[in-house]
Amino acid sequence: MSCDPRPASLAAEELSASIHHRSRRRSRRLAHVYDELARAMLLLSATLSISITLAIIVVLFKETYRFFEMQGVTLGGFFGSTKWSPLFSGEIGIWPLVSGTMLVTVVAMLVALPLGLVTAIYLSEYASRRLRSILKPTLEVLAGVPTVVYGYFALTVITPGLKLIHDGFNVFNALSAGLAVGILCLPTVCSLSEDALSAVPRSLRDAGYGLGGTRFDVATRIVVPAALSGLVSAFLLAIARAVGETMIVALAAGATARMTLDPRNEIQTMTGWMVQMALGDASHEGMQYYSMYAVAAVLFAMTMTLTVLGSLVRLRFREAYE
Amino acid sequence: MSDDHLYSPQRLQQAHPGRLRSLRRRHRLDYLFVRFCQATAWCSVAILAFILAAILFQGLPGLDWKFISSAPSATPAEAGIRPALFGSLWVCGVCALLTLPIGVATAIFLEEFKPRERAMRALHGFIQLNISNLAGVPSVVYGIIGLTAFGGMFGLMGGANRPVVQIGAKYYDQFISEGKRILLVPAKNANSPPAPLASGLTAFTLAGERVAVNVIRPGASLPLSQALRNRTLRSTAEAGRISHKAWYYFRFPLGRGVLTGGLTLMLVVLPTVIIASQEALRAVPKSLREASLGIGATPWQTVRNVTLPAATPGIMTGAILAMSRAIGEAAPVLIICGIVYIGSSPGNLMDDFSVMPLQIFNWAARPQSEFHRVAAQGIIVLLAVLLTFNAIAVLIRNRTQRPFS
Repeated sequence: MSCDPRPASLAAEELSASIHHRSRRRSRRLAHVYDELARAMLLLSATLSISITLAIIVVLFKETYRFFEMQGVTLGGFFGSTKWSPLFSGEIGIWPLVSGTMLVTVVAMLVALPLGLVTAIYLSEYASRRLRSILKPTLEVLAGVPTVVYGYFALTVITPGLKLIHDGFNVFNALSAGLAVGILCLPTVCSLSEDALSAVPRSLRDAGYGLGGTRFDVATRIVVPAALSGLVSAFLLAIARAVGETMIVALAAGATARMTLDPRNEIQTMTGWMVQMALGDASHEGMQYYSMYAVAAVLFAMTMTLTVLGSLVRLRFREAYE
Repeated sequence: MSDDHLYSPQRLQQAHPGRLRSLRRRHRLDYLFVRFCQATAWCSVAILAFILAAILFQGLPGLDWKFISSAPSATPAEAGIRPALFGSLWVCGVCALLTLPIGVATAIFLEEFKPRERAMRALHGFIQLNISNLAGVPSVVYGIIGLTAFGGMFGLMGGANRPVVQIGAKYYDQFISEGKRILLVPAKNANSPPAPLASGLTAFTLAGERVAVNVIRPGASLPLSQALRNRTLRSTAEAGRISHKAWYYFRFPLGRGVLTGGLTLMLVVLPTVIIASQEALRAVPKSLREASLGIGATPWQTVRNVTLPAATPGIMTGAILAMSRAIGEAAPVLIICGIVYIGSSPGNLMDDFSVMPLQIFNWAARPQSEFHRVAAQGIIVLLAVLLTFNAIAVLIRNRTQRPFS
């Protein structure tokens, strides 16, 4: 902004005349026009995010509807049957895929939740500045590693390792994929939990120490309960991430849909099925291909529920400390 | 604590027998807990080191310039990553050009233009909630949306093989003349019937030279001059339809090309860019804005001249990190492209493409362990590209970060 040097003793009417000069008035009006124009453009691009959500819902709903219109496809068979093999026998019970997803997710959370939470406690409560400066970038790098790299790691390192320990493991197995997904979710859990923990005010901790609590007492009895809503929300987001993870399970978990709780077995997840369809195992017209949309709709419903639940928990049960 | 005279262990023991033991136990527990936390925290470092070591061990021995500069191949020793590398750069470039303006504009709307009216406030809150929920949608779902919405335009416009609109493509019937030269006869479009062969028909040589075709009957003897023979066809000659596509080739619906990939990745990283930009804008102190508004600037002038320049380093850092996420995404691209052999880098926005993570997936999914080694080499190249991106982000952060206070 240029400011032209004016004499200090500017008479009032001169000042008024210069402010209300025609050219100035026009430029001011123009500025307001630009302002309105910019607001409209910004609003337009902001509403784009809503149209993305709408597009997701419309596409999934429309194509899923088309799937259920097809021959041999019924809603009862989709949610009632416990066999999934559209390519061979045409049975389309979704539950084997859901149970496969759940198995991988449970294994992943058994790794990510404890490790992530404890690491977060360490980072927010005890770590020295020097250690933080090593640990934080490490977690950021772990978070930035592409998922296909974790898939490769699961297939070529974790699975052979598991086979060394125990003979019963298949080449593709749920445990190996689950462990890799757990490593993938670890940074998410950790950074979100750390945010929640560091939002707890210092005065609460000081009060705990003042009463004679040890660091363990303060962490487990004061800080963690105070940050509980944030932690639960972090966990829910991590679960949503694990449910939607694709490349790791496509590489390491296999492609046989079955209802099992044995993590040594080959399974298939919902995302795994979508990958199998995308790889071109079925023609692009048939019922098998459109089953991809139905599976995607179930997946979307699950992750959306988890993320919305996470947001709600964070907003509803947030303890405000002032 | 227990060294203090008043509260010495002996006195405590005398006053409350059981308490000291419990105190000692608590301190012991505390010590163990902190050590346990520390050990757990180092786990992540160990895991990262282990992953990197495993990949370097497998991939580094075979990595050379030939791997970066050649195309994928059925023999592991000759396989290379060039088409996928360029595919990644193209898609990421398209994605950045689309995502940055939209993402920053949305962030500005959410942070700088908080409305006062009730209806607009509700819309504002809804958009904010919507964006945080979009961030949680699995990328594979975005792949399906991109395939259906961008690739096929919801199936409303016919398939990508019969585009409604296309610009920048030329079709030719390709003949091999009696002089063993290739002749290209222009054709109207991909599916038009071939033009009837007649003498004087215009054709092009591979060098782009315009020649008139000389047609002879099937049994007729060949002309003696080599020059004439080069442009001579028998009337029964078979042609193949080929196309030449300019760099600006465009078709609608978009099909499974680079533009569809870029648009889909835009969906994937848009929430990340918006959230990062919002944080960068929020970090600009209020006093700067108030000063600008105070001297009479409109809100938009304030954003353009004050807030946005101040937030640019933060926005750039967030954007680069989002782009490195886009480069590493395989699932949506896999849904769009499938696994097909791509032997050359993309030449236009509609070209088929592959990206590095997809190529790595392709290699890693094969049973032969030689290909696993090739996959590890690919991962090293991919991580090197990501490292470059992150280094640029850190550089920008360090160069331009000045305190506003």
